[in-house]
Amino acid sequence: MVLEEFLTIFIGIFTDYTLRYVALGSAILGITSGALGCFTVLRKQSLFGDALSHAALPGIGIAYLFAGTKDSLFLMLGAAVFAWFGGIVTLGITSTTRIKQDAALGITLSVFFGLGIVLLTYLQSIGGASQGGLDRFLFGQAAALIETDVINLGILAAGCFAVLIVFFKEFKIATFDSAFGQSLGFPTKYLSALLTSVIVVAVVIGLNTVGVVLMVAMLIAPAAAARQWISSLKSMLILSAIFGGISGIIGSMISSTTEGMSTGPVIVITITVILGISLLFSPKQGYLFQYIRKKKQYQNNSNKITTNSEEETSRNR
Amino acid sequence: MEQTSDHRNLTEGKMHPIEIKNLSVTYRTEPALWNVDLNFPEGKLIAIVGPNGAGKSTLIKAVMGLVPITAGKVSVYGKPYSKQRSKIAYVPQRGSVDWDFPTDALDVVEMGLYGKLGWLRRPNSQTREKARECLVKVGLEDYADRQIGQLSGGQQQRVFVARALAQDPQIYLMDEPLNGVDATTEETILTILENIRKEGKTIVMVHHDLQTVDKYFDWVVMLNRNLISKGPIKEVFTKENLDRTYQDKQRMSI
Repeated sequence: MVLEEFLTIFIGIFTDYTLRYVALGSAILGITSGALGCFTVLRKQSLFGDALSHAALPGIGIAYLFAGTKDSLFLMLGAAVFAWFGGIVTLGITSTTRIKQDAALGITLSVFFGLGIVLLTYLQSIGGASQGGLDRFLFGQAAALIETDVINLGILAAGCFAVLIVFFKEFKIATFDSAFGQSLGFPTKYLSALLTSVIVVAVVIGLNTVGVVLMVAMLIAPAAAARQWISSLKSMLILSAIFGGISGIIGSMISSTTEGMSTGPVIVITITVILGISLLFSPKQGYLFQYIRKKKQYQNNSNKITTNSEEETSRNR
Repeated sequence: MEQTSDHRNLTEGKMHPIEIKNLSVTYRTEPALWNVDLNFPEGKLIAIVGPNGAGKSTLIKAVMGLVPITAGKVSVYGKPYSKQRSKIAYVPQRGSVDWDFPTDALDVVEMGLYGKLGWLRRPNSQTREKARECLVKVGLEDYADRQIGQLSGGQQQRVFVARALAQDPQIYLMDEPLNGVDATTEETILTILENIRKEGKTIVMVHHDLQTVDKYFDWVVMLNRNLISKGPIKEVFTKENLDRTYQDKQRMSI
């Protein structure tokens, strides 16, 4: 029964016009944020990603105020500018004051988010935002995606991947050993800025489907899950993108079963399940196999001890 | 005496691997290095010693422009470092990178060749082969595919040395490569360094273990924000200079 239902929904991806674009948009987000999130995680900037996405919220409101349209490209541009600005503010605080990074992230995240909420509620009160729902950017509403949105997202994602492929080697060295990379002549600061920009684009894509609040999960969870299974950066990126894409599709399918269910949280729960499975069952680092290995080792050791003592006793004879 | 020998070298037309003139580096408002004037001689194994916070790492980073210079000038074989990158290999402190990074030993060594590859060109079978040769030199050929996180501290350090070898430079700038390594690694690294010194390469190493300075090195730089002393071990590595290097720090901190 459950399987049958699942199949109907799955087939719906190909037949149902709305669902197809919803799933496609979510998949694009998952793939992009999955791949780029690897860098966020490896650079220990997970919360930086969180601050970026929260900082994007006022950008949506301001873009709407200025442009007066809900055209997604305008809104995304506003979001990108503010996400960037939020990132710069965070870096500015840490480099010019004695405030450490965690506090600086907290400041940016909450101030920008607060500003965003004030703006959106104001816009709602004057009656512009209510129907089209600027508030969908809070938790994401992939169901609102239409064909042109998906095409826009696709182009942005393709741009991200182009940059990622061209500068893969440079990003890798800037992430693993930035000072060494710099000594080789790679401007690691600019490379980091470029990488952050690409992550901003991924965040902006995510605003449409999972929203500012949960976006960080789409950056962290696929990467963390992929890290459990693989041992090279390239395969981590690919697997993480696959995990992200799958959770996007499954999440949007599940949320389509219930009217008005936000897509974002469902996608996030899906990727979290994948992460949980990875943490438990991955052969190298998973809890289960670690437990089995430990147990085996313990048995081996105790076997050795018994054989040793047997040898000793036979020698004594 | 130092100055006359410096002078002679210059008139012979021989350029110093690294020339540092009146170098000062300031972090925020804290001076890290103050007016350091120093020429490294060619073909020597050189130790930089001094207490914590004496600016040892800062000195080698300043040579490569990794920290902003407040005043002074550094040149590598007579030219700015930006024109001489291929002549220097940098071995950072082991603790400066995340060893949980998803990569293997061979891949890290291959990074030493990224500079020669330049932008856009990808690592290929040639760079892999070269990297493998360098892993052999440090005795880690069997660990090529090992995740770097699963290597011991000493093996990790040897991977870093192999990466520097892959760069095939004239000058090695090493930040405490012997810090916290096992005896095998210390021996391996020193044998390698001895060999490359014989090829006329210059090795500058931040070193923490005063007991081994006269055993391993030809030349020493004694540093405590100011340059205390520099020169051949026999001439300058004296108790008096050591006291000046390490006591100044105490006086400063009081």
